[in-house]
Amino acid sequence: MKKNPYLTAGCLLAGLLAAMIVLGFFWTPYDPTAMSAEKFLSPSLRHLMGTDNFGRDIFSRVMEGAGTTLLIAVATVAIGLAGGILIGALTGYFGGLADEILMRLGDVLTAFPSILLALVIISLVGPGKTYNVVLSLGLVFIPSFARVTRTAYAAVREANYVKIAQLMGVPKARILLVHILPNTASTLLPAITIGFNNAVLAEASMSYLGIGVTPPDASLGYMLSEAQGMFTRAPWYALCTGLVIVLLVFGVGLIGEGLQRRSGEVI
Amino acid sequence: MSGDLILSVQQVTCGYHTRGLFQKKEYRPILHDVTFDVRHGEILGLVGESGSGKTTLSRAILGMLRPDAGQIVHYTKRPQMVFQDPYSSLNPAYSVEWILEEPLRIYGKYDAAERRRRVREMLERVELPVECLDARPSELSGGQRQRVSIAVALLQRPRFLIADEPVSALDVTIQAQILKLLKTLRSELDLSYLFISHDLNVVYQICDRVLVMKQGRIVEQGDVEAVYAHPQAEYTRQLLAAAE
Repeated sequence: MKKNPYLTAGCLLAGLLAAMIVLGFFWTPYDPTAMSAEKFLSPSLRHLMGTDNFGRDIFSRVMEGAGTTLLIAVATVAIGLAGGILIGALTGYFGGLADEILMRLGDVLTAFPSILLALVIISLVGPGKTYNVVLSLGLVFIPSFARVTRTAYAAVREANYVKIAQLMGVPKARILLVHILPNTASTLLPAITIGFNNAVLAEASMSYLGIGVTPPDASLGYMLSEAQGMFTRAPWYALCTGLVIVLLVFGVGLIGEGLQRRSGEVI
Repeated sequence: MSGDLILSVQQVTCGYHTRGLFQKKEYRPILHDVTFDVRHGEILGLVGESGSGKTTLSRAILGMLRPDAGQIVHYTKRPQMVFQDPYSSLNPAYSVEWILEEPLRIYGKYDAAERRRRVREMLERVELPVECLDARPSELSGGQRQRVSIAVALLQRPRFLIADEPVSALDVTIQAQILKLLKTLRSELDLSYLFISHDLNVVYQICDRVLVMKQGRIVEQGDVEAVYAHPQAEYTRQLLAAAE
């Protein structure tokens, strides 16, 4: 296989961040919630990202907050993907009236900005709880995954090996999940990386707006809104938190780009 | 060959309705009043240019299309199919072994050891080395893929096989090998074929009888030798002249 610098760089960057986040679940340099007299320290070797208005170590808080963000993004993508594959596989394979209705419904939903839609859902289920953020974002993500899956299924459905499986009398569920699903990976994997990034950004936006994660939980988006209030005293807080978001999105984006290029090469 | 029937196609007409926003609904027939039989043990050729309805006919026989008139009578269990393009006939996500075991998983209540045995036996029949089992379809040549496709069809123990242009995507030397294999398998496994092709030379090499199709109608049918030596229909003469 040819070298794929996108994939390599993306895996390195995302892997490094993932290692930091996983480490953060077990160990942080300081207690992320412990306050001290050392307020507004600029970044140094002792405090890699400085301290905030309560003297808390920002690097430790970022490690913990990135963990929350990661969990939310992964769970969001999982809900969106599961629902999207279910709807997309059925509509893409069977077509017909249900396909038309569901896809037009999807069109209507995609016409709204996804954040706005998530806002509506979260106001219905009750704001301020992490799992409600996951639920609302996950639901909002279903139509886009359904669309991608549907396209892939509609294309693969025409392949001879699917016709052969039909003639063989393979049960429909087995055709959908065992015969077709693995062949949609080249379409779905990049979509998953894009969905992950959108979820990170959506969570950050929602928490920034104050309808997402609330204390004592912390996420990168929540920390960013917190950092805004002290931007003149401690600009490193906002910069470092923002930088971690950017690096995470950039790394996963590179993986997605790499996967797309790889699927272009094969065949 | 005995005269037992495998398949009887009786006055079949197939078509579709055009639909358009500003058009009148119109019936466009693809097959007109098609009648023929497939006899036990024979290789029946079906020739005609592209668009003449050959593939529609095979889809109708397989039950993927419902004829608008006439009937199709099967005297054996459902036929199996070998497609033209060996590149899209095998699932690229799986190994050859998985692909070959799939019909056995679906059909029989065989345990893993019995599936293995049957797959290896079939592999030998289609003259493929055992090493192929671990390969992905993308690692095989066109001829090898077509052998795997034939094996997948035969593992379901059909009596009747429809081959839609099975060799037209292959080199001439590979073509000859696959044709020879199909002939051998016919006598070993007591099969009958409907062999669809646009290549009259290939049809001459393998078929016992031939149907000539033009614009959805059968314009001539008979023994290959007779039809090739004394074509009755003008269209058959044109096809033969073009194939010289």
